[in-house]
Amino acid sequence: MNHMPTLNRRAFVIGSAALGTGLAIGLDIPFGGPTVVRAADGSPEVNAWVVIRPDDTVVIRIARSEMGQGTLTGLAQLVAEELECNWMNVTTEYPTPGQNVARKRAWGDFSTGGSRGIRTSQEYVRKGGATARMMLIQAAANEWKVPASECTAANSVITHTPSGRTTTYGKVVEAAARLEPPTDVKLKDPKDWKLVGKGVKRLDTADKVTGKMTYGIDVKLPGMLNAAIKDCPVFGGKLKSFDEAKVMDLKGVKKVVRVGDSAVAVVADTWWHAKTALEALPIVWDEGDNAKVSSASIAKWLEEGLDPTQPAFIGNQNGDAKAAVASAAKKFEAVYNYPYQNHAAMEPLNATALYTADKCEVWCGTQNGEAAFAAVLEASGLPANKCDVHKQILGGGFGRRGQTDYVRQAVAIAKQMPGTPIKLLWSREEDMQHGKYHPITQCKLTGAFDADNNLTALQVRLSGQSIQFSLRPEALVNGMDPAAFQGLSASGDAAIGYSVPNLLVEHSMRNPHVPPGYWRGVNINHNAIYLECFMDELAHSVGQDPVEFRRKLMTKHPKHLAVLNAVAEKIGWDKPAPQGVYRGIAQHMGYASYVAGAAEISVIDGNKIKVHRIVAATDPGYVVNPAQIERQVSGSFVYGLSALFYGGCTVKDGRIEQTNFDTYNSMRISEMPKVESIIMPSGGFWGGVGEPTICIAAPAVLNAYFAATGKRIRSVPLRDQDISFA
Amino acid sequence: MANLTVNGKTFDVAVEPDTPLLWAIRENIGLTGTKYGCGIAQCGACTVHVDGVAMRSCGVLVSDASGKQITTIEGLAADGALHKVQKAWIDNDVPQCGYCQTGMIMAVAALLKEKPKPTDKDIDEAITNICRCGTFQQVREAIHAAANV
Repeated sequence: MNHMPTLNRRAFVIGSAALGTGLAIGLDIPFGGPTVVRAADGSPEVNAWVVIRPDDTVVIRIARSEMGQGTLTGLAQLVAEELECNWMNVTTEYPTPGQNVARKRAWGDFSTGGSRGIRTSQEYVRKGGATARMMLIQAAANEWKVPASECTAANSVITHTPSGRTTTYGKVVEAAARLEPPTDVKLKDPKDWKLVGKGVKRLDTADKVTGKMTYGIDVKLPGMLNAAIKDCPVFGGKLKSFDEAKVMDLKGVKKVVRVGDSAVAVVADTWWHAKTALEALPIVWDEGDNAKVSSASIAKWLEEGLDPTQPAFIGNQNGDAKAAVASAAKKFEAVYNYPYQNHAAMEPLNATALYTADKCEVWCGTQNGEAAFAAVLEASGLPANKCDVHKQILGGGFGRRGQTDYVRQAVAIAKQMPGTPIKLLWSREEDMQHGKYHPITQCKLTGAFDADNNLTALQVRLSGQSIQFSLRPEALVNGMDPAAFQGLSASGDAAIGYSVPNLLVEHSMRNPHVPPGYWRGVNINHNAIYLECFMDELAHSVGQDPVEFRRKLMTKHPKHLAVLNAVAEKIGWDKPAPQGVYRGIAQHMGYASYVAGAAEISVIDGNKIKVHRIVAATDPGYVVNPAQIERQVSGSFVYGLSALFYGGCTVKDGRIEQTNFDTYNSMRISEMPKVESIIMPSGGFWGGVGEPTICIAAPAVLNAYFAATGKRIRSVPLRDQDISFA
Repeated sequence: MANLTVNGKTFDVAVEPDTPLLWAIRENIGLTGTKYGCGIAQCGACTVHVDGVAMRSCGVLVSDASGKQITTIEGLAADGALHKVQKAWIDNDVPQCGYCQTGMIMAVAALLKEKPKPTDKDIDEAITNICRCGTFQQVREAIHAAANV
């Protein structure tokens, strides 16, 4: 899997990181018509997505990054479905971002986040497979001098139906690669899928159980040195000075270098030597004003944003919620909060860079090959045709590896040692303290009822951090971050599932100095807790069953309702739970998928929770690989419940206090509930599966905790509420 | 200088005696299947066998490992045949990102040697490795599958 296709066609010289948009994707016609583009081993490309070797091996190109979510296997299934090739002979490879730029983005978007890997590329990768199939059939037909319409393909074998003659893809690929691609390409009806929808095993497992898989941290280059880095512990602070004379005599140390204006790195023969010397290096920081910031000062600032007189952006509204609350027969109010959280991917951040005067190459795990490529260009100062990024399999990403800070640092170090490959590896402590954290927010919710206990109004006032403000300011709309309302919007990929006569959803944007990032699930993680725990509170406040209460508000949201009903039925909501077991439920929408979850828990001594069982339903529209969806769903509860119980990064003196897994824990197998996954694709849309179910883990368990104890928890993590796993 | 026996082969490794075994294995011997995750013996990604016992190699000094039989993930398969835990991992499609799995597999292989038919409780007590992708449900299934081979 770790082979990069080297193309024999010369890269086209382009003047800048022309990461252009709007170009046709995946069906680029080789320049000069019949010139055959070849992979590194000389095998011909039928098109950008498909290379076929003479022995009938099918190499499927994958543009998105594999970080455990199975997208590599799913995308290969989609191509193979249309290609009609033998799945047993399929292998995959990553094109490089440099090749993508040189070929006018033949592979489209490399960005792998937002559960988009499959849903936003499924159509053009299927077209890539279908186009290749048509060309292979045409090549066989030409050889046989028969109409292509008389030929069919299956399992990499082409058959001329009237005569019964057969040939294989490997035998006709040279001729096929010389044909003009067809323009009229029809995709299969989903009901005719044979491979898509099947729970085939992942393509990348074998090397992961033997230690052979190469992650970024495992890259080895001749003459390579290793770097350990320390960035100013206070975000926004600067590096003042360091005393390299104190460490230059330590074993293995080669150089101490400034990295940007806030970090210092030690380069040594081994990383252990680099890290040891870095710890001994006297460093003076200019911490700046941010050193005065604490969790308490941030909380106070966010709390002020809950005040309705403070300015706020309106994300969703209908009716007049303020008036309806003012005239309500009764109202109910609650305030929730959600902390900073670190991604804590198992593989600490790293990148290996080799810089010479006329070339800069980087080897790293990245969720966004093109962004990493742009970072290499910027940090090296070299043009696009002199740079490239060689993507490695990721030891987890969860959104963190969509950022490129570590890539820039590696290039900045390598640039100070031209000709020597430098592997920069962050320690776990550096990784924990220099994250792009799950944003911090608070939320005040108000519900109003009429005299008959019908919900007449709902106000949701968010206060806190916007990720886009920091990372994608171009996505703001007149200053507002639409993504802050994820799961609470009127329509779209993350729409609210309730109809309330008077609704007001607002966001008072407050951006502390701690850098936020996209954290698996992103804004639905807190929004689902706020809305779904509060719905539970509202139901109990008027003595109604939480599922029945929701159903009355969901009649116009049949897909949201269907997943809720599915989990209610499977968990046995209408039947009593076993002795000492209590249930909670939640539903939400994110990444265009509809999800719901129900938890069964016991509580010991009031503060020890045993999560016995989770039932989770997902309607992703279409299913590519149900076995991998099940794994994403059960895994999402490890991420979501770890976040609920342990996930909190606190700020003291402007820096993150947690440094490693001893202070930022993650759940273990003994704490893992049994997860029963319901996959219920309703068709007609494509939703993601890597993230959505994370957000229902916490509200389902918190609602069950209320059922068990009568105590409402409105603050995450439970670690700070003196509540633990049993 | 230390003398380490890894996967049956002896290596003279030019490191200080207080170097963690993890880094000697990865950087000096060059076997990268053993992973760095935390460096404080919390996560288990660096699990190897030292005289048959699962140990977190980031917390073992080279000086203490000298003269002992060290097995890494690369040495788990015997005579070219995958260990039953590795086979069960493939059959049950366990790994997601896979980064923690080599350590997980080493921990499970040691458990099965001690307890060939572990109960769920045995698994809960013995397997304390962190997996952020969240493969625990498949890990548990695969352990039982390996035990029943």
